[in-house]
Amino acid sequence: MNSGDIAWVLTSAALVLFMTPGLAFFYGGMDRGRNVLNMLMMNFYCLLVVPVLWVVVGYSLAQSPTTNRFIGGFGHAFLHGIGLSDGGSLLATVAFLGMFAAITPALISGAVADRMKFSAWAAFVPLWLILVFVPVFKWIYGGWLGQRGSLDFAGGTVIHVNAGIAALAAVLVLGKRRGFPHEGHPPHSMPLVMLGTGILWFGWFGFNAGSALLANGQAVQAFLNTFLAAAAGGLTWVLVEWRRDGHPTNLGAASGIVAGLVAVTPAAGFVSGMAPLAIGAAAGAVCCFAVKLKVRVGYDDALDVVGVHMVGGLVGSLLVGLFANPEFFPGALFRHGLFYGGGLRLLGEQVLANAAVIAWSFPVTLLLMLALRRTIGVRVSPEVESTGLDLALHMETAYHSGGLW
Amino acid sequence: MKLITAVIKPFKLDDLKEALRAAGVVGMTVTEVRGFGRQGGHTEVYRGTEYNIDFVPKIKLEVLCESADVERIVSVMVDAVRTGKIGDGKIWVTEVDSVMRIRTGELDSDAI
Repeated sequence: MNSGDIAWVLTSAALVLFMTPGLAFFYGGMDRGRNVLNMLMMNFYCLLVVPVLWVVVGYSLAQSPTTNRFIGGFGHAFLHGIGLSDGGSLLATVAFLGMFAAITPALISGAVADRMKFSAWAAFVPLWLILVFVPVFKWIYGGWLGQRGSLDFAGGTVIHVNAGIAALAAVLVLGKRRGFPHEGHPPHSMPLVMLGTGILWFGWFGFNAGSALLANGQAVQAFLNTFLAAAAGGLTWVLVEWRRDGHPTNLGAASGIVAGLVAVTPAAGFVSGMAPLAIGAAAGAVCCFAVKLKVRVGYDDALDVVGVHMVGGLVGSLLVGLFANPEFFPGALFRHGLFYGGGLRLLGEQVLANAAVIAWSFPVTLLLMLALRRTIGVRVSPEVESTGLDLALHMETAYHSGGLW
Repeated sequence: MKLITAVIKPFKLDDLKEALRAAGVVGMTVTEVRGFGRQGGHTEVYRGTEYNIDFVPKIKLEVLCESADVERIVSVMVDAVRTGKIGDGKIWVTEVDSVMRIRTGELDSDAI
């Protein structure tokens, strides 16, 4: 990296850090007023524990050079051997990727909202990070899936599909919220949701454009694609619901923006032209229907982590198999999508990569949650659930004025 | 002495306050409340799922007055808040045994 590259990667890292508070507000506003602080704490907890774990052992297991194609070694544990002799490039990368590690388990918090013991969450995050996130990260970035030729620019598979399917496993063990689906659980603060959405969109420029790890043309393209896919996702979701339900809603706009951002994540540096509009629009439309699955199928994914992140991630990752355009990035090492003469080969690799991640993340998360249920317990008592987690678990109240709700 | 209690649509509060002032009422108490009557609640839609909101926001306004003024004040209030649509609210009147102004210790009529 030259000085410009380092400046961009450090800036991007700070942008990605800001996404976790953004996600906390996005989820927290959708949550109930008596549980919003628990939601914020679940997210901020990831910013407390993951950075520590990341430098102690996480980065090393995910990325230290080794011949093993499934997991890294302990060569960089405690940041051993990472200095400033390369001008700080590797250290900047460690920081940048650490932000991704922090937000990935945070994504799962939206599914388990309103009913998970905080002590169980406190154990879940570090264990899930090491057992699921770290190996999957290795598989795609330098491991067997990456070597086979699947593409994931900024973590559509590693982060969104991975966290989304883990969220499904987690809620299957955790059970439904009291009253779901008969009793309504409407958002307590839509302004907070919109603020969180804005912060997420802002931070996502670092997430995607920063993932070029250089201040180059690919970063510029990823930046523009992030901008366009989010807009197309939000626009499409709003148009679909306006037609289907009769009203354009703030939550629809916010959800569509996030769905578009999720879907463009694996594609951001590999597609060009009008492709981000197609990817964002596809995600907005598909996710708008996918969020209704939980009631039909009967799992309580409280804030639609599965419907937005897993489904949106899959949409984007599979569309990479169609839209990947190497001509646009001369010298870059990746394959042609179906629409650019690559045949079905890349699409096949995308399917394999996502299937492999799901086949690992789902059962391991399920076993982890079952183990936690057997030991410390994962679910708050019915009394705590009706009193509210803020007061019962944290001895805090979000709103001291403004009545009973 | 009587206590007049009105539960009304929130957007009518300013009209009601001005009408009562014009009618010589010098004090009142307002509370933000939630409730439903014949109007029932309303429906909100989030991510395509409908939620029934049973308790809708209302304003509760309370006025103390002399028994002789009740009819006049109630009619001023009705004129100020009626829209003719469902959900306009209710006004009811209750007997008050005694009233004291805390600062001066004045009682009943002197305290209103």
